[in-house]
Amino acid sequence: MTTATRMASDPAMNIGKEKLLRLYERMVAIRLFEERVNDLYTRALMPGLAHLYIGEEAIAVGICEALRSDDYITSTHRGHGHCLAKGATPDLMFAELLGKEAGYCKGKGGSMHIADPATGNLGANAIVCGSAGIATGAAYASKYLKNGRVAVCFFGEGALGQGILYEEMNLAELWKLPVIFVCENNSYNEYTHFKESTAGDVAARAQAFGVATETIDGQNVRTVYQTASKYIERARRGEGPAFLQCITYRYHGHHVGDIARSYYRPKAEEQEWVTEKDPVTLHGQWLMDNGMADRAVLDAIQEKLVIEMDAAVEFAVNAPYPDPSRVTEDIYA
Amino acid sequence: MPEAAIETAPVMRDATKEIGFGDAVREAIAEEMRRDPTVVLMGEDVAEAGTTFKVLKGLVEEFGPGRVIDTPISEVGFTGLGVGAAMTGMRPIVDIMFGDFLMLIMDQIGNQAAKIHYMSGGKWNVPMVIRATMGATRRSAAQHSQSLHAWPSHIPGLKVVVPSTPADAKGLFKSAVRDNNPVVFFEDKISYTKVKGLVPTEEYLIQLGVADVKREGSDITFIATSSMVQTALGAAKMLEEVGISAEVVDPRTMWPLDEETLINSVKKTSRCIVMDEGYGRYSVAAELAQTVQEGAFYDLDGPVRRLCAMHVPIPFSPSLEDVTVPTEKQAFDLARSMCNR
Repeated sequence: MTTATRMASDPAMNIGKEKLLRLYERMVAIRLFEERVNDLYTRALMPGLAHLYIGEEAIAVGICEALRSDDYITSTHRGHGHCLAKGATPDLMFAELLGKEAGYCKGKGGSMHIADPATGNLGANAIVCGSAGIATGAAYASKYLKNGRVAVCFFGEGALGQGILYEEMNLAELWKLPVIFVCENNSYNEYTHFKESTAGDVAARAQAFGVATETIDGQNVRTVYQTASKYIERARRGEGPAFLQCITYRYHGHHVGDIARSYYRPKAEEQEWVTEKDPVTLHGQWLMDNGMADRAVLDAIQEKLVIEMDAAVEFAVNAPYPDPSRVTEDIYA
Repeated sequence: MPEAAIETAPVMRDATKEIGFGDAVREAIAEEMRRDPTVVLMGEDVAEAGTTFKVLKGLVEEFGPGRVIDTPISEVGFTGLGVGAAMTGMRPIVDIMFGDFLMLIMDQIGNQAAKIHYMSGGKWNVPMVIRATMGATRRSAAQHSQSLHAWPSHIPGLKVVVPSTPADAKGLFKSAVRDNNPVVFFEDKISYTKVKGLVPTEEYLIQLGVADVKREGSDITFIATSSMVQTALGAAKMLEEVGISAEVVDPRTMWPLDEETLINSVKKTSRCIVMDEGYGRYSVAAELAQTVQEGAFYDLDGPVRRLCAMHVPIPFSPSLEDVTVPTEKQAFDLARSMCNR
């Protein structure tokens, strides 16, 4: 097979070079952001908890790059990647993570509650599956107000144990609401393999409601992007919700402090995902294999982002904390 | 034998028509839906059935099933949906039928609706109304009879309304719909059939956070909520016959709370009984009593007392249920003993 025929047969070629490079750039941005979160946390500069998204970047990027800027997302405790992919800037993100006044939520939300109306981010949610209703409600409002917006609800496979997910899928399909339920299945509910907590077939749960369902490789950003595009446009046409199960892996622990993990998952398994199925490496290789970029181009993307991320960290570290008098502001609108 | 309608004192001089408690809520919803196309009403059997209490009859005929929406029996699902819709341009009214079902939706109202404005640094608003009911003595037993208004009152970010008259219910409901925060609105079930009152024919609103003195008096203050306002007014009438002048103050909203009006009344009368149909332990009544003790301590003749629901699951049998709710006689006896007369 010649290079030309191989390229023509790969449906990802239809995405276009500019977008394909952007998918790479956005994934690298999240990776670099999260590496700095890990660093800030281990240097005791970041209060609270940090749940890293490293390893799962292709899902947030593939989905959000298929959305319009005025579309909505809801995120999770492991939400930095979703927020960045939807357009959040790293300086205001880091500031929020460090509890600074300049942060997205004036330091009142922190790592698990980044919200930003300007980018359609309805908020990260620290209750597992807590935002399924919010996303479905945003989809309801979009349909009622006829503004053509789609809402994406990100959640991990741990949320499959929560009843609200099924109530919302029922309502979404019943009323043909433009909401995409994105299940990031990284195999682990905190410290427990999902097979120990999840009966039956995951996709069948959504199919039971008549919701359009697909299970995809969450490490392939092109697949995520193209699948998401299909269902997002379908939802925008008024044809109802979808449930995407994206198979992925969480490289780090449940949170940064979860270091000794061998009691719940083998080191060899972690190594296999990191070396064989890394979404950033795989897409970079694909770009080079298909003549979209060479190593120098990819390195340049990374170098530019390193400068941006380091500046963002510096901004956040130097930003002031909110005055204690602000504690009683923003309770009521 | 059907119970006679209790006349309630008109709150405004130009009141010109008499309506029932449920009618007041329906009128408020209809007026707000006419005014604002983003107001929708959703819940179980709210459309053709007009709720299980039949108080919303006619709304679906006027506004259609696109705005008066029958949902599945899925309180968590449609309350959560309401939160998201409220954030993105709607003003949903969510009907959860029985206040007991608040326990089903506590995450959505307590962890989501209440906290989103604060957690987002004031960026997102949740302008929604959660309609619920309260009140016992309908022989509905332990899971359909509770008065759980203390629960949302405990959570910063929520507003809580407990009206006692049609005029208050209508004016407060309209304010709740226009409020940019989540408001939990409790309607006493017995009041649907028992309480009628005069309301202005002209449009009006009542501000959340303003108490109302339902009856003026000088010897003792009843701070009473919801159904207990009628009970306190009945007790006040009995007390008048023995020469005791009782004041009845209705806070009308649990939060925001008009502490000043409560405290000023007790400073004047020097005695206070708090009457509330919720449980007394760790309760609305405890909070109201403490507000008065802190604010009027040096004017009090004795401790503030409470009359609340008995601390038992609400029983079914009429002979058991009736003893769980404070009565006019109990209020009369307690007030008399506090006044030493």
